[in-house]
Amino acid sequence: MTTTTLPKKFGPYGGQFVPETLMPALAELEAAYLHYRADPDFQAELDHLLQTYVGRPTPLSYAKRLSAKLGGAQIYLKREDLAHSGAHKINNALGQALLAQRMGKQRIIAETGAGQHGVATATACALLGLECVVYMGTVDMARQAPNVFRMRLLGADVRGVDSGSQTLKDAINEAIRDWVTNVADTYYLLGSALGPHPYPTMVRDFQAVIGRETREQILAAAGRLPDSIVACVGGGSNAIGIFHDFLPDEAVDLIGVEAGGEGVHSGKHAARFADPAIGRPGVLHGCYTYVMQDQDGQIALTHSISAGLDYAAVGPEHTQLRDLERAFYTSATDEEALQAFQALCENEGIIPALESSHAVAEAIKRAPTLPPDHIMVVNLSGRGDKDLDTVIGAIGG
Amino acid sequence: MQPLEAITNTFAQKKPAFMPYFTLGYPDLATSLDVIEACAAAGADMMELGVPFSDPLADGPTIQHSTQVALQGGMTVEKCLTAVSHLRARHITIPFMLMGYINPILAYGLEQFVAAAAQAGVNGFIVPDLPPDEADELAALSAAHNLALTYLLSPNSSDERIKLVTQKSTGFTYLVSVTGITGARQELSQALGDFIRRVRVHANGPLAVGFGISTRAQVEAVGALADGVIIGSALIKAVDAATDKAEAAARFVQEMVG
Repeated sequence: MTTTTLPKKFGPYGGQFVPETLMPALAELEAAYLHYRADPDFQAELDHLLQTYVGRPTPLSYAKRLSAKLGGAQIYLKREDLAHSGAHKINNALGQALLAQRMGKQRIIAETGAGQHGVATATACALLGLECVVYMGTVDMARQAPNVFRMRLLGADVRGVDSGSQTLKDAINEAIRDWVTNVADTYYLLGSALGPHPYPTMVRDFQAVIGRETREQILAAAGRLPDSIVACVGGGSNAIGIFHDFLPDEAVDLIGVEAGGEGVHSGKHAARFADPAIGRPGVLHGCYTYVMQDQDGQIALTHSISAGLDYAAVGPEHTQLRDLERAFYTSATDEEALQAFQALCENEGIIPALESSHAVAEAIKRAPTLPPDHIMVVNLSGRGDKDLDTVIGAIGG
Repeated sequence: MQPLEAITNTFAQKKPAFMPYFTLGYPDLATSLDVIEACAAAGADMMELGVPFSDPLADGPTIQHSTQVALQGGMTVEKCLTAVSHLRARHITIPFMLMGYINPILAYGLEQFVAAAAQAGVNGFIVPDLPPDEADELAALSAAHNLALTYLLSPNSSDERIKLVTQKSTGFTYLVSVTGITGARQELSQALGDFIRRVRVHANGPLAVGFGISTRAQVEAVGALADGVIIGSALIKAVDAATDKAEAAARFVQEMVG
């Protein structure tokens, strides 16, 4: 097994702020990841499953009617909503579940907020015959009941978390506590490009397939690279997945969209970069990055209509990309996301996830200001079936 | 006496040193100060004082609950530091280790925090989510103020980690008795003796064992092997069950130290 290690930080961000009990587990994970990342047999198995099970490559669709209606940029949609289990989450869940299997770990634990990562993990575990425990805040269980049922159908043991705010951050706390306790035989399948090293790097690598496919597809469709790429950012795995392959292409603008909730000055949002009074560098869940917190360093409660963006910290690589001005971060409110959700339904016949609707909202804002030869790719990270109850509640049935 | 020297002296004079943990501000600030004073008077050799954090991922339900109640009662880092000053004003001289997570410390400002802690009469820090790999700045500041910065080891720690942690820890090294979170356990691991012996090979300083210890018999068993014994959740449970919290704490400590 190789002894080289990966960089632990993205500039000053990232790192391993974890209890000592997890340090050997993170070292074991990093060594195994480095080994299998270079193993052609592992890559071949993953690629085969991505093609024959997940349905990759996912299409790149030209949003003809939406583009015409907005009267500016040509908008293309990267269709992660068409990946098996309904979102990009499966790319990472399958990659890590295969890794866990190669490492000889039979018990998988995961956290979930909206339930998409929990469903993806339960799916991968059912496919590979692994035991699956998913931690989910009891508030999230109530607002995402269909996903709880899905996970249980797929054989997962869904455990409600009653501590703290009973949402995603508390589910992660509980998953980490489980991992600390059962570290010898348990694999923690973290769902976004955050947490302690090597997760931000490994999750990005498993999601980078999105950007690699997008490059090939836009070259085939338009004969050149896009001018801009837009993606929503919760933890930030779909965004870093589509950005990664384009980082050296400085002419391609990269735009991340955070959850603006009820407005970035309302105190009810999850836009870590938008409000310097609340979003500041700090440590949450093993990682130094932008964290929403009060003056005393207690983690702030976040709000978004989309449970998948409702998290207090952002992946450390995004924070670095923002510092470097390689990527630009903005936000869309609940209201804007809902309008974008409807616009995509009506003009393109696609029901997007509320998370992805934040990226669509930004596209709707920008496109009319851009010339007609501007090519914009929007990462449509997931489908919206799971959100129908929320949308009915917000706009009426 | 210098803060770090006071810790060294405690371990030199009393083996094993008995070190209870209690959360500052639980169930309210005044009661927590009375509980801590009662522990000291009843024979605690050192104390760990918990600084509440909203997301205590190394803690079990008992300490989680106590920190949540303290936060709801308005506890802050600033108030924790003031609380230590008040305890010193009551002429409690045993060493105090502040135990808290890194984010509230960063929010306070590392330099300001260490200076204010030294000023208040703190002897050192235990930061469960700050392994030595991430702690260079806090370590340098602590050393400059002659305060201890104690790191943790776990039964699954490799020899390499044991070397690193024992070499970097000041004051003592904190051995976690089980791979897991804080909270009382029925039985201690049979492998604890092997773990402590494995650490002794590399350690020059004192070794204190915590997590999972709740009875006099466990204190004796661990005390025969280690230089210090730490109890947290069991003390909180004893205090929870009583009307007179300080009296219950005193009784608990007396029972444990025998």
